[in-house]
Amino acid sequence: MLGAATKRKATEESRQTMSDRPAGTTSTEPVTKAGRGAKTIEARDVDLFYGDFHAVQDVTMTIAPNKVTALIGSSGCGKTTFLRSLNRMHELTPGARVEGHVSLDGEDIYSKGVDPVEVRRLIGMVFQQPNPFPTMSIYDNVAAGLNLNSRRVPKSQKDAVVERSLRGAHLWEEVKDRLDKPGSGLSGGQQQRLCIARAIAVEPEVLLMDEPCSALDPLATLAIEDLIADLKSRYTIVIVTHNMQQAARASDVTAFFNLDATGKPGHLVEVGPTNQIFTNPTEKQTEDYVSGRFG
Amino acid sequence: MESASVPQSPALERPSSLLAGGTGWRRRAKDRTMTVLIAGAFALAMIPLISLVYEVTKRGLPGLSLAFFTEDARGVVGEGGGAAHAIVGTLVITGVAAAISVPIGIMGAIYLNEYGEGRLRRALTFFVDVMTGIPSIVAGLFAYALFELFLGPGIRLGVMGSVALSVLMIPIVIRSAEEVLKIVPNHLREAAYALGTPKWKTIVKVVLPTAFAGLVTGVMIAVARIVGETAPLLVTTGVVDSMNSDPFHGRMQNLAVYAYNEYRSPGVFKQAAYDKAWAAALTLIAIVMLLNIAARLVYRRYKTEIR
Repeated sequence: MLGAATKRKATEESRQTMSDRPAGTTSTEPVTKAGRGAKTIEARDVDLFYGDFHAVQDVTMTIAPNKVTALIGSSGCGKTTFLRSLNRMHELTPGARVEGHVSLDGEDIYSKGVDPVEVRRLIGMVFQQPNPFPTMSIYDNVAAGLNLNSRRVPKSQKDAVVERSLRGAHLWEEVKDRLDKPGSGLSGGQQQRLCIARAIAVEPEVLLMDEPCSALDPLATLAIEDLIADLKSRYTIVIVTHNMQQAARASDVTAFFNLDATGKPGHLVEVGPTNQIFTNPTEKQTEDYVSGRFG
Repeated sequence: MESASVPQSPALERPSSLLAGGTGWRRRAKDRTMTVLIAGAFALAMIPLISLVYEVTKRGLPGLSLAFFTEDARGVVGEGGGAAHAIVGTLVITGVAAAISVPIGIMGAIYLNEYGEGRLRRALTFFVDVMTGIPSIVAGLFAYALFELFLGPGIRLGVMGSVALSVLMIPIVIRSAEEVLKIVPNHLREAAYALGTPKWKTIVKVVLPTAFAGLVTGVMIAVARIVGETAPLLVTTGVVDSMNSDPFHGRMQNLAVYAYNEYRSPGVFKQAAYDKAWAAALTLIAIVMLLNIAARLVYRRYKTEIR
């Protein structure tokens, strides 16, 4: 992945000039310098297995940059499994296997010689249960991506990154006076925004979100959905959601997954603009699901 | 007698009304009997413990003196002298044993919990379980034989005692560390992986700090277990009357062997010797108690609440 390495170096240099800005200014312009920024993901003939069990079958779809793509479908139909295959987290489960191609802007992330750790730096993930690191303060949690990767970043630059990420996650005003307090002292919604800040601090190219609001109350959910609408100008976002209304509200493209029967693999039924999927779907299964006839 | 529409099983006692309360007393009496029996069993179990602490304190206090803590027994044939050399010896031998066992034990636990899989892991777990049951004298003889191979027969060194104690301590550290590492929830590891963190760094920077309090407690409990071991030290560190704090040269005394020795060969002034033996035993119990208290304090201070 030589291309990515040289692109990264160019971005490192451009980031130097960003920190010359006085602290407190937010970077609201889309990050499109030197190759960094939202990218396209293409999945082609992806099959996912847990040992011998065929969990997801034959998915082919394109995830467009600077858009929110929602994966919807009933429980157990493979949406989370498919999501986790996009940043090579699926293979962390013992016995799990991926067949097919997933490429990020044309480069196959599963080809030999590609370091999965590198892939995960470029494709970030936010989980269903907020999981801030309990031993770290809020500041250290957001900076964790910088600390845990091999980059040596001077403190002033780290301060700028932390502030930018917290502002980007709409959390700065609430925590700016207690950055050294532990991350676990926040409410559920705040913790989830902290995890989002942590994910965007490393400036990934794609942000994957696995049911980010399912553990949150409606107000916190609204805050996160507003945040997602704001983030899509800078990142490609894929969100798995159990909640159809959320998909209708928050996404630009919707993909509907379904199972034929329990024990059978999940498959992609239909993908298209959200408006079309919810008002005028092509497949009958899709129409039955979105109109609530099953789910 | 009116018949209900659903046939009732005779085993079910149904009171004619809740307020009649007639059938409750048998159950309450049974409850009270069991409570008394269980409390009695607990009291019975406490008796040897309390009696032990009482006896050791009663007999050990007369032996405690400033001399006990500051003088060794070099050249002493009378009532004088102390156990300073034994106290220093216990601390040095146990310290070196911990220095050997803690890194090996924790790294072993990390391997078993984070990396190991399949047959190798099962075999290692089996061997660790076997090692927890090794009789302490066997560990001592092993250490002696090992050093004799390189340094000739009759060799006695402080570090040999430490090696023997390590053989006993490592499986305890591995077992307790493994349990603590298992408790660290997987979603914390996943959060680190999703940021693009290599596995080893996740372990060092996320898993170990989260498990820190439990690891320290496990180590302190392992130390408390071996600090009073006598048999392995008899064959490895020898018996000596003068102060020696160098584990790599010469014999070293320690509290357990000292107590044994004072009792076995009390010399002319029997009572003084017995007093010193009891005092040594009391000091050992005090050390174990201090270690346990320290373990609790560390745990409370450093534990991480994991939601």
